Amino acid sequence: MNEWRATGSMQWGWFLLALALLVLLPLGFDTHTMSLLLIWALFAMSLGLLWGYAGLLSFGHAAWFGLGAYTYAIAAVNIGESTVPLLLAILVPAAGAAIVGAMMFYGRISDVYMGVITLVVTLILFNFMSATAGDAYRIGDARLGGFNGIPGFPILNVPGMPEVSLFGVPMYYVCVAALLGCYLLARWLLARSFGRILVGIRENEARCELMGYNVPACKTAVFAISAAMAGLAGCLFANWAEIVTPGVFSLRQTAEVIIWVLVGGLGTLLGPVLGAMALGAVKLYLGEQTVIDNSLVLGLLLIFVVLGMRRGALPTLQGWWDSRRRRLSLAQGARRRLGASSEPTA
Amino acid sequence: MSGVLETLDLTMRFGGVQALDRVNFTLHERELRCLIGPNGAGKSTFFKCITGQYRLGHDNGRVLIRGTEVTGASTLEIVRMGVGVKTQVPAVMNGMTVHENLWLAARRLHGWAGSNGVVDEILDELQLGALARSLVGELAHGQRQMVEVGVVLVQRPWLVLLDEPAAGMTGPEVERLAGVIRSINQSASLIVVDHDMEFVRMLGSNVTVFHQGAVLVEGPPAKVLNDPRVREVYIGNRAAA
Repeated sequence: MNEWRATGSMQWGWFLLALALLVLLPLGFDTHTMSLLLIWALFAMSLGLLWGYAGLLSFGHAAWFGLGAYTYAIAAVNIGESTVPLLLAILVPAAGAAIVGAMMFYGRISDVYMGVITLVVTLILFNFMSATAGDAYRIGDARLGGFNGIPGFPILNVPGMPEVSLFGVPMYYVCVAALLGCYLLARWLLARSFGRILVGIRENEARCELMGYNVPACKTAVFAISAAMAGLAGCLFANWAEIVTPGVFSLRQTAEVIIWVLVGGLGTLLGPVLGAMALGAVKLYLGEQTVIDNSLVLGLLLIFVVLGMRRGALPTLQGWWDSRRRRLSLAQGARRRLGASSEPTA
Repeated sequence: MSGVLETLDLTMRFGGVQALDRVNFTLHERELRCLIGPNGAGKSTFFKCITGQYRLGHDNGRVLIRGTEVTGASTLEIVRMGVGVKTQVPAVMNGMTVHENLWLAARRLHGWAGSNGVVDEILDELQLGALARSLVGELAHGQRQMVEVGVVLVQRPWLVLLDEPAAGMTGPEVERLAGVIRSINQSASLIVVDHDMEFVRMLGSNVTVFHQGAVLVEGPPAKVLNDPRVREVYIGNRAAA
């Protein structure tokens, strides 16, 4: 039994279809907006991996998103060429999450307390970064800038070629590559023993320990991996916006990603991606008008999903599709049997 | 010090309640021992102390497994010594299938490729083959108990600790479980904590009776169950029937 129901499996058909769509999208759509939706999708997928598979709900996932954005901006100002800043934007949030995660998980802190601690980490970063307006707050050549943040840092370039910046369509393809790369990495992890242990921890942590698995180590590892992905999303966001402000650590940011994952569907990787892209698009569209309040519509959507599709949109649709296929195959079988019994016998 | 598992003056106190009072206990190689006692006698506390679920300090006495001091050791450290534990409340993964539960338990010791063979063997032994692809959360309580026994067995432990394995099982399931436990006992030492006297009689092993956090009496079932002190504190008139 190589495929596990609990971890899901790679749907190559859907994957190739999505890949083709993403590659061809620049022909007919605004890549600037699409890049932002892909960045949000990556951010949501990072939380989806942590929450949906390991059962760890972080109320402060924006901390790693923001840390990735700030790390990139600070490193880019100091270094110039973007390759090392990009790597740092992945590694620094991962290291930060490994430290916070180790303290929480080896300290046997879980569930609601974990949510509180992660939220507090985000609030500390938000308040700290908002209070760094003075000239004294600088790292190398980078002034942290307080509430105004860090503008004007060098954006992503082709590795080793600082003069060739990536913006517009190339930036869009960088976002596509980042999302697909992280998706494949997450799928690969879930298909390995590590992924199965994570699902085991989600289902029954005590039993996993009684099986001899080092539960705190596994939880710390997935927390760091998830933070690395969120950091990459933050780095891409910094490049998309070309400015980093403390808003990346805001409560709105941290709440929105939870809603995207919840609406898209827990226990899947594609659910959070679709949830983030769909709700993100709604948010951007609603932001262009003043008739209806943006938050009101998003709140109503969340209430509808929570009441009508408790498992989230994608798992509900999958369940509906599976039951429809089962019903059809049962009906076909019954028709075949009926046809066979009505044939005249010799 | 020749036992597989030994406790020396094991003591545990919760506020004003003396849950365990200087318990000295020895389990020998390939021995099957049943622990019985009325509610609040200290059986489960004893079980949690020897499995590391309650972390012990220096003033809690000592626990030794095959001569190795495990006082203060974590559950993970104890389990990794080759000890299989089934807890009182079935600790299984309800959102996973029976096969997935057993496979995950087997993988750490038998590797990715070797696990399927071991799992199939245990599924056959416990007659769970027909349920292999069923979600554990959808099974009856007794079946889930049997799945947890399977999860313990695929780890091929040399010391097996089962807390109330027969609870919620039907008559035929209890008989099957008794057979499985006797079969495990061919290669491993066991401690079984249970309330069900019929089940304890079925196993026919030595019995330790707990009362008020201490060992009241130990010995073969016929002797223990006829002991007037045991009848008084636990069995009452049912034993005489």
